[in-house]
Amino acid sequence: MDHLPKLVADARAAIADAQDISSLDEVRVRYLGKKGEITSLLKGLGKLPPDERPAAGERINEAKQTLGEELEVRRRALQEAALEARLNAERLDVTLPGRGQSNGGLHPVTRTLERIEGLFTRIGYDVAVGPEIEDDYHNFEALNIPAHHPARGMADTFYFDATRLLRTHTSPVQVRTMRHQQPPIRIVCPGRVYRSDSDLTHTPMFHQVEGLLVDENVSFADLKGTIEDFLHAFFERDDLSVRFRPSYFPFTEPSAEVDIQCVMCGGEGCRVCSHSGWLEIMGCGMVHPEVFRHSGIDASRYTGFAFGMGAERLAMLRYGVNDLRLFFDNDLRFLRQFA
Amino acid sequence: MKFSEQWLREWVSPALSTQALADQITMAGLEVDAIEPVAGTFSQVVVAEVIEKRPHPDADKLSVCRVDDGSGGSLQVVCGAPNVAEGQKVAFARVGAVLPDEMQIRETRVRGTDSQGMICSSSELGLSEETSQGILELASDAPVGSDFRDWMGLEDVSIEVDLTPNRGDCLSIRGLAREVGVLNQLDITGPSIDAVSPAHEDTFDVRVMDPVRCPRYVGRIIKNVDVSVSSPLWMVERLRRSGLRSIDPVVDITNYVMLELGQPMHAFDRANLTQAIEVRGAKSGETLVLLDGQRVSLSEETLIIADANGPLAIAGVMGGDKSGVNTGTRDIFLESAFFTPLAVAGQARQYGLHTDASHRFERGVDPHLSRTAVERATELLLSITGGEAGPVVEAGDDRHMPSSEPITLHTSRLEQALDTSLANSEVTDILERLGLSVTSRSDGWSVMAPSWRFDIAIEEDLVEEVARIHGYNRLPVRRPAARLALRADQEHRLTLSRLRRQMVDRGYQEAISYSFVSPELQRMLFPDAVSPALANPISNDMSVMRVSLFPGLIKALEYNLNRQQTRIRLFETGLVFQGELDALTQVPMLGAVVSGRRDPEGWAATSQAVDFFDLKGDLENLLALGDSEAWRFEPAEHPALHPGQSARLVHEGTPVGWIGTLHPGKRAELGLKTDAILFEVSLSALTKGRVPSFHPLSRYPEVRRDLALLVDEALPVQALLDCLRDAAGEWLSELRLFDVYHGQGVADGEKSVALGLTWQHPSRTLNDDEINQLVDTIIAQTGERFGARLRR
Repeated sequence: MDHLPKLVADARAAIADAQDISSLDEVRVRYLGKKGEITSLLKGLGKLPPDERPAAGERINEAKQTLGEELEVRRRALQEAALEARLNAERLDVTLPGRGQSNGGLHPVTRTLERIEGLFTRIGYDVAVGPEIEDDYHNFEALNIPAHHPARGMADTFYFDATRLLRTHTSPVQVRTMRHQQPPIRIVCPGRVYRSDSDLTHTPMFHQVEGLLVDENVSFADLKGTIEDFLHAFFERDDLSVRFRPSYFPFTEPSAEVDIQCVMCGGEGCRVCSHSGWLEIMGCGMVHPEVFRHSGIDASRYTGFAFGMGAERLAMLRYGVNDLRLFFDNDLRFLRQFA
Repeated sequence: MKFSEQWLREWVSPALSTQALADQITMAGLEVDAIEPVAGTFSQVVVAEVIEKRPHPDADKLSVCRVDDGSGGSLQVVCGAPNVAEGQKVAFARVGAVLPDEMQIRETRVRGTDSQGMICSSSELGLSEETSQGILELASDAPVGSDFRDWMGLEDVSIEVDLTPNRGDCLSIRGLAREVGVLNQLDITGPSIDAVSPAHEDTFDVRVMDPVRCPRYVGRIIKNVDVSVSSPLWMVERLRRSGLRSIDPVVDITNYVMLELGQPMHAFDRANLTQAIEVRGAKSGETLVLLDGQRVSLSEETLIIADANGPLAIAGVMGGDKSGVNTGTRDIFLESAFFTPLAVAGQARQYGLHTDASHRFERGVDPHLSRTAVERATELLLSITGGEAGPVVEAGDDRHMPSSEPITLHTSRLEQALDTSLANSEVTDILERLGLSVTSRSDGWSVMAPSWRFDIAIEEDLVEEVARIHGYNRLPVRRPAARLALRADQEHRLTLSRLRRQMVDRGYQEAISYSFVSPELQRMLFPDAVSPALANPISNDMSVMRVSLFPGLIKALEYNLNRQQTRIRLFETGLVFQGELDALTQVPMLGAVVSGRRDPEGWAATSQAVDFFDLKGDLENLLALGDSEAWRFEPAEHPALHPGQSARLVHEGTPVGWIGTLHPGKRAELGLKTDAILFEVSLSALTKGRVPSFHPLSRYPEVRRDLALLVDEALPVQALLDCLRDAAGEWLSELRLFDVYHGQGVADGEKSVALGLTWQHPSRTLNDDEINQLVDTIIAQTGERFGARLRR
């Protein structure tokens, strides 16, 4: 019993010496375990005279409790240190790039087409598509462009034989739609079109979006409103000036070219607008009665408007692309800019 | 159509600046493309007379002239032009003058002789593009001392209008003036054109055999013309400012009348005409050498001018080489005809021609202009080349002349179309100034179009004219109104946009390649494929329609590999074209190509190259947007693909696409630096999705068993899985393939396929016996069919 104070002092030293949880555990077992030194003292109480037992028991229990508490304190300290060490060891350079990022991207023409489709489908237009190898009837005749009409010279056509060709515009889709649907008709027709022209500002293939609205009582004012709204929305500029210039398309009448205030120079005049301050952006007009006749729509009851624009031109103006030919090179350095 | 502003202003001159005038006609639908000054900038150039010319004492090619520039006295000038002559009126740059190329004229000595100014050529004054051989000779009545710019009217611009095909009536000063008159509410005044009285009675017979295509043919003989004279400078200038070169006085005059009035004309050498002029369709086998020297075989649908000896000219397109006016011509026969637009349409193009005449006739020349034009040309000829005019001969058939029908413009229609009501007086004024004859009716107007307007036939044409002259931008704006009807929505259909986005999210860049490709490339990849070929391609490598997206994707891959790209993932959507024209299919496809590194270069990335299974994984992810179970990959060979690394894609039993590694032989032939793996699938199959259908969740425990089966290395795992699924019974809820192993412990020629099978019963717990029995069945059946053994 006399060595209890020394035992406690040894145990305390051992607790302080323990550098990790397992050595601390060994200390606990050595002193407080079933066969531990303090535990054995308790077991040895029976050998003491009965009158000494309660006091000795009390001292041993006190020592046991004290050591138990100190062991716990030390255990917590060691656990905290271990956690701290682990956290330190697991430190990452969080500025390193993450793994596996590789987003692709849409082609700028698709991006543009989808945007235009979105603007129109949100107000109730449908998207219609059609074949690219067309016949003379759908590409020309039904659009009031008979054989030898000078307007055929407006679009240099790729032919396969006397009557089959690559469509020069997406207007045949309008004809095909009107032939199997009665008004009201509201469609936009995006797609590839082809003209045999290849230079700095022309590619033999490009994309158009055309729109068609046929209903009762549609007027030129409706066309103007639709086009103005569209251009304001597309360029996100409510103050963009838009003007309508009389023009000629065999399939519309009256017909108009639409100019916008140059988006590059704000109308001041620059290379892009040939110093005129205006950019020709699309064509439009009221559907010609002859087109209705070919399409089986009652021109005495219905009127309508149509418009068409080049997607590449809009993409160039919207994103500042300065060379048309880039659109079909498929250069990743170009394509990635629109991701 | 290019014209001189001054010339136009002789007819009608609104109080507008050049720019304002150009803007005005642009906004009326005659789009001004360019405005260019007709001469360079220069000053101190005056009209002068050469009063003396001597040879230069020390230079053979130079002469020393004395020039009267109107300032009193004479000046000595050294001149190098061969055509300088005494008595000549010239453009003279005084000392101090500045010429267009900033050249300053100073007193100088030329080979030891003083020179006080310069006699100018037209190119030195910016009047001509060509470097001229000699000095500019002025008319003998040019007033000495007057400012050359003023006298020549050089404060003028050439205005180029890009006319739409419906406005053939504006292909002349007269037509443009009419339009400007309407826009400014001004009357127009042209030159007064009087009939020239015949000085002799000689005529030449004209027989119009095809009056439908040539309802009127007007001709006249003019005798004793002097074709050796030069056209007057004012005429040469007007032609030049309109973009035409001076040829000879007769051609210049016919061109001038064409520009002025809009009537194309032709002059024949009378001496080369035999018996009579015939206007008829060409006969099979007839040929003609044209003015430009080319010999053409005439097609039977071509209307020609002929005489007893055969074809002389293609009507309304171009004259022949032999019958035209030449330096020896004395007597001419002038032609001014009305050929209908349909008679000329397409004819010029058929022979690879496009002439000022065909351009006008195709669009419509005023049928009542022929005679006026002959009189105008005669008057000019007599005053320039001299000669004696004969009587005018007219042939044709008036019954075939275009007639105009009355057209009604209803007030209600006009209001409906434009969403506004215009004052009756304004509408009437617009129509009348346009030359229409107008009668008011209670419900609107009844009008007749003038003979020069081929584009006015129906009510909409009138609506357009009124809107155009009133001004599109003064018309109201509104938004269309429509019923808010819901439209059908097919939940089982995936959108193209969704598929594209899936590809983008898997790291692919969208490409757009031409739909026509090189026949060699296509043949190499698809030796048996048939697709339409263009009759008029831009170039051979863009001449056949693609049968697949592969050629375009491979070209795009090659383009990027050549630009140091090390990781390429591209996709494209679009039509492919298969079969002959008469059995053509145009099928929308989605295709992709991968090549190079699997991961983008990075600190944590592997540098491994992509392989078949990378692309297949991306494709399976795409298929999983729809109904994965509808798809199968079947090992199959494709000429463009590696025979051991290619599969046909089958959707609900129908082959709809391919996936595989580019055939190494083709790759070598293409010179590609890396492997490429490609797929393409029909979009209609890809967009077929499904509407989800709920299965109740089982409350009973799952049982999983893992099996490793040894099978022949060549056995497609798909076959094993199919067999397994069959054998595993209806309660199989999941089948996972978690390892394929070759190597130690597995015999050569075999592979070990490790599978995890999970069963779950909807309404009870499955017991071990049942599962063991199923596993036994699996082993028995796979053993029987494929010789599969359980790996221990």
